[in-house]
Amino acid sequence: MNELLEFISNNLELIYILILAIFIGVELIKNVPSVLHTPLMSGANALSGVVIVGALLVMLQADPKNYLALGLGFIAVVLGIINVVGGFAVTDRMLQMFKKRK
Amino acid sequence: MSITLSIIYLISTVTFVIGLKMLGHPETAKRGNFIAAVGMVVAIIGTIFLHDFEVPTLNYILIGIALFIGSLIGWLIAMKVEMTKMPELVSLFNGFGGASAMLIGIVEYGNNVGDIAQTSTVIAAIVIGSITFTGSLVAFGKLNGSLKDIRLPKYNLINNILFLGLIAFGAYIVMMGANSTLLIYLLLFASLVYGLLFVFPIGGADMPVVISLLNSLTGIAAAITGVLYGNMVMLVGGILVGSAGLILTFVMCDAMNRSLSNVIFGAFGGDAEVGGAAVGKTGGSVKKTTASDSAVLLNYANKVVIVPGYGLAVAQAQHVIHELEQVLTEKGVDVSYAIHPVAGRMPGHMNVLLAESNVDYDKLIEMDNINPQFPNTDVVLVVGANDVVNPAAHNDPASPIYGMPILDVENAKHIIVNKRSMNAGYAGIQNELFFNTKTAMLFGDAKSALTELVSELKNM
Repeated sequence: MNELLEFISNNLELIYILILAIFIGVELIKNVPSVLHTPLMSGANALSGVVIVGALLVMLQADPKNYLALGLGFIAVVLGIINVVGGFAVTDRMLQMFKKRK
Repeated sequence: MSITLSIIYLISTVTFVIGLKMLGHPETAKRGNFIAAVGMVVAIIGTIFLHDFEVPTLNYILIGIALFIGSLIGWLIAMKVEMTKMPELVSLFNGFGGASAMLIGIVEYGNNVGDIAQTSTVIAAIVIGSITFTGSLVAFGKLNGSLKDIRLPKYNLINNILFLGLIAFGAYIVMMGANSTLLIYLLLFASLVYGLLFVFPIGGADMPVVISLLNSLTGIAAAITGVLYGNMVMLVGGILVGSAGLILTFVMCDAMNRSLSNVIFGAFGGDAEVGGAAVGKTGGSVKKTTASDSAVLLNYANKVVIVPGYGLAVAQAQHVIHELEQVLTEKGVDVSYAIHPVAGRMPGHMNVLLAESNVDYDKLIEMDNINPQFPNTDVVLVVGANDVVNPAAHNDPASPIYGMPILDVENAKHIIVNKRSMNAGYAGIQNELFFNTKTAMLFGDAKSALTELVSELKNM
């Protein structure tokens, strides 16, 4: 119990941000017309590629002799950037189709 | 972390919020996507160049290669993919994001042994990342037809036990503070297996829910890795995706009148008895029709409503259907499309498909607005949709889809249903609409049937 309280007091800012971010996310997406559900999802999917920042941190901090960390980090960066680039590009392509009819 | 980098992350976080907000409105969506993408690029470049570590050149070279290869692959896939394959693609990309979080967790485990808070985040990243990874791959396989629904005997029990076991196992590793690579690999393996088993039994009609849920989970995995590094852009970005995905998940569940736990734990059509009962009730004769008869019917109608479903996507018939709509409009027929929120295999699937073939925005009408119009409709043309027009949702309490809001096409004067065969829909239940005396069945692949219909109409 003490450990939990200590964890909360040490990370109070983080917890505030976490909770506020959840509310922002909910408010942002509420009432989106169903026409945009697919692009919204693929756009959000691209955003979740932000995990690549972590993958980059792994590679930046890896000891060059630690092949496991370097190798896994390498794969993580490749997969993460596929998620980012592919996600944003395909969302753009989709939205392009919606646009040209105006 | 340098103050410059912190400010850059702050800017990126703001672009994510603004971008997501703009993605929710038709006029600003494209710009919103661009703004979020710019924020992401800035965050990536900042991370690489503005840090306080001593980084060997080799690492830099490897990072460059990884970024180049990944960007190229991502770009090529995004440019080449057909619009009908969108649900598969989103699942695939999503799986990659999850895998990335999983790999980060594996590497960071060794660096954080002993610290309870850090170890728990690492474990959570590994578990959630792995589940999204294999779960998304299964969803991908199911969507492109290479994987069928697999239901082990007592799969609910097995899945639930495995799920509780995973949590207990994770908690055990955290509490023990053990630096055991073996334990971590065991946990990894169990999570990967759970991801497979979790999506295996979920039927095609529930795919929009599953995809949204997996999308949300990847966001949560990203947020957890953000906690690990105390990195705000990852935390906020991940949470935004997580909560947005969860909202979409619930919207999809509402559209089917099912709870989330019902989708995950009570897969459609698993119960053979239900299917049997439904078939018995709908026994009767089916009226077949031909393209020329259907063309006559459509030609002399005043108001036609087209109901597209997954069959349209499978047959890639979105261009033909637009041609049909144009031919009919030229003949003075009022044509519109009725869009059910869960038609297809992902949220908004039909909208994307019809947008690709340049169908006018205003002709796509959502369920609540089109339903009152069916009594005044002369002909409804159902193309590759099944469960979303099944009247059993209204009048058969024994049906697994009872209570789901549907398109009330049975109120129209005539109904033409284009289907490949009399096979039941993805929910595995028979549709009494097909046995209705007002219904005529136009069997055949959507593309060839519609092409024939268009040429018949042109000859009139």
